[in-house]
Amino acid sequence: MTFNEFVFYFFSTILILAALGVITARNPVHAALLLVLAFFTSAAIWVQLQAEFLAVALVLVYVGAVMVLFLFVVMMLDINMARLREGFWNYLPLGALVALLLVAEMVLVLGGQYAGFAGAPAPPPLPAGYSNTKELGRLVYTEYVYPFEIAAVILLVAIVAAIALTLRRRKQTKHQDPARQTSVRREDRVRIVSMPSEKRD
Amino acid sequence: MQFITPLLPAYPELFLLAMACVILVVDLFVSDEHRVVTYALTQIALAGALATTFLTSTAEPAYTFSGMFVDDLMSDVLKLLVYIAVMVLLVYSRAYIAARAMFRGEFFVLALFATLGMMVMISANHLLTLYLGLELLALSLYSMVALQRDSAVATEAAMKYFVLGALASGMLLYGMSMLYGATGTLEITRLAEIIAGLGAKDVVLVFALVFVVAGLGFKLGAVPFHMWVPDVYHGAPTAVTVFIGSAPKLAAFAFIMRLLAQGLGAEQLVEEWQRMLIVMAVASLAIGNVTAIAQTNLKRMLAYSTIGHMGFLLLGILSGNLVGYSAGMFYVVVYVLMNLGAFGMIMLLSRGGFEAEDLEDFKGLGARNPWYAFVMLLLMFSMAGVPPTVGFYAKLIVLQAVINAGYVWLAVVAVLFSLIGAFYYARLVKLMYFDAPADTAPIAPRGDVHVLMSANGLAMLLFGILPEPLMALCIRSIQASL
Repeated sequence: MTFNEFVFYFFSTILILAALGVITARNPVHAALLLVLAFFTSAAIWVQLQAEFLAVALVLVYVGAVMVLFLFVVMMLDINMARLREGFWNYLPLGALVALLLVAEMVLVLGGQYAGFAGAPAPPPLPAGYSNTKELGRLVYTEYVYPFEIAAVILLVAIVAAIALTLRRRKQTKHQDPARQTSVRREDRVRIVSMPSEKRD
Repeated sequence: MQFITPLLPAYPELFLLAMACVILVVDLFVSDEHRVVTYALTQIALAGALATTFLTSTAEPAYTFSGMFVDDLMSDVLKLLVYIAVMVLLVYSRAYIAARAMFRGEFFVLALFATLGMMVMISANHLLTLYLGLELLALSLYSMVALQRDSAVATEAAMKYFVLGALASGMLLYGMSMLYGATGTLEITRLAEIIAGLGAKDVVLVFALVFVVAGLGFKLGAVPFHMWVPDVYHGAPTAVTVFIGSAPKLAAFAFIMRLLAQGLGAEQLVEEWQRMLIVMAVASLAIGNVTAIAQTNLKRMLAYSTIGHMGFLLLGILSGNLVGYSAGMFYVVVYVLMNLGAFGMIMLLSRGGFEAEDLEDFKGLGARNPWYAFVMLLLMFSMAGVPPTVGFYAKLIVLQAVINAGYVWLAVVAVLFSLIGAFYYARLVKLMYFDAPADTAPIAPRGDVHVLMSANGLAMLLFGILPEPLMALCIRSIQASL
């Protein structure tokens, strides 16, 4: 076993165990944390495949952002796990069938004309100084700059639309505006009224 | 690689994008009373894009962005028409959206982004840009439909439009991915070369074609993918309905031309998509025209009539030759003009809190305002295809193209269903001239609306009597891009 293979099997074992843990853990927080582990380990495998950029993106986007949000939701919602688990044995036959079909489909696709090892040979080995982050960046900003910019515009439209559709200014709310509170002047609040004093009878 | 991309062909897109971003920012500093500034800036942006497109137009097709962008005569003509359509419909919509609290910066910014999406589609020479342009257009339209968020009907329409539109995009993408699998390229000109080189029929290509045509059918609203059309046309605010029903059809035509005629125009494939389009065209003509009779709501009726018109457009395209494509282009241009006028008239008769969208609301228009009744009469006659109007000529050349392609029976079917369709257009004319008015509110549109609406109606007559210049332009643009 070469060192490379050893590293691969090491990470694969952790990945599979973590993935199993995600679906068997009783505590949803544990499941979410195990999912973080699974993501992180797959990122490690991607690094081994020389896809550093994807690995970094996976860690940043999924581990850093998506899973943290997920953990927040899990912690804030009071999920009754006993009720979620109730129908396990009822769903098992159908679930098993779906899983079997998935496996069969995957075998068919991977064994097919287009996706087999013959149809998709391994890419040629890359030189030592090759950086795929740099390569991706080069492609995205040169050859694919046009679709890349359009995708950016689509995201801008999504922002505009989301704000236009959800932002409501309520007139009745009694919100505080600290900037106005601190910049208040005496003249705005205090009115000095001059009144003649009255004599006590 | 040295990165020097000639940007000149893409100047209109760059200009419009920059203006849209500027307007987005300027609008933040404009108070509600001065919102007209945003409106004026939007019109200026469109006029500027129009001028830029006109000035940068070249006789030879120009490719840029590594062959992903093409600027040829067809794209220039279609883009000019898109700007004009959007400018006209914004003029028509102004009073309508102002009365419904939609006169906001977002409306105009989204309209500009939708226009940008159409331009990207029209100039696409790569399946990726074709798809991204489509999504840019569609996402802007979905949110424009939902913009009136307190209206349950509009929200429902937006939801339906979004879900079905996403489904259609998925189909299209699936087809495109299979095209990539079979040919190894996404660039349309390369695609055509590789397919021509393949010679024999490739099953994967035909399979991809099915998905692509289904996706296109969804976007066009052709039967059997038409379910969303009536609900969306009915539920959306009329200002948005006219947006969906006008300019995007020009972009959809360009989409079909680029994908089917240019990319998949090899002989062995034309035969395949011709058959699919025949089924869609006949079904659209039948269901569109027959179902429209049962409608009492004008917006729904026009939605079904749109389905029928799309059937005619498909007839032109399925002829699969220069005459057919030019006839299709002429038809879609005329269709956009008619639709602008008809929906513009609904907005013109509507006022705050009242929608003139039922057939009943047009009762006695001849007595209330003879001029607008006449304009509406021209529009309806043109949609029905009555001789002096341009609708007749548009239908005639499509039928000619279909007969030239050897499908006499298709022409007969098209004429039959057009006859059935003539009934519901004539019914509206009858309501306008021979029934007593139910509504006596004065009709007093702004001056610019009056001028444009009159011009829109008279254009039906003008192009009907003198169709040659427009037709020649269509033939020239198709010739230059094939």
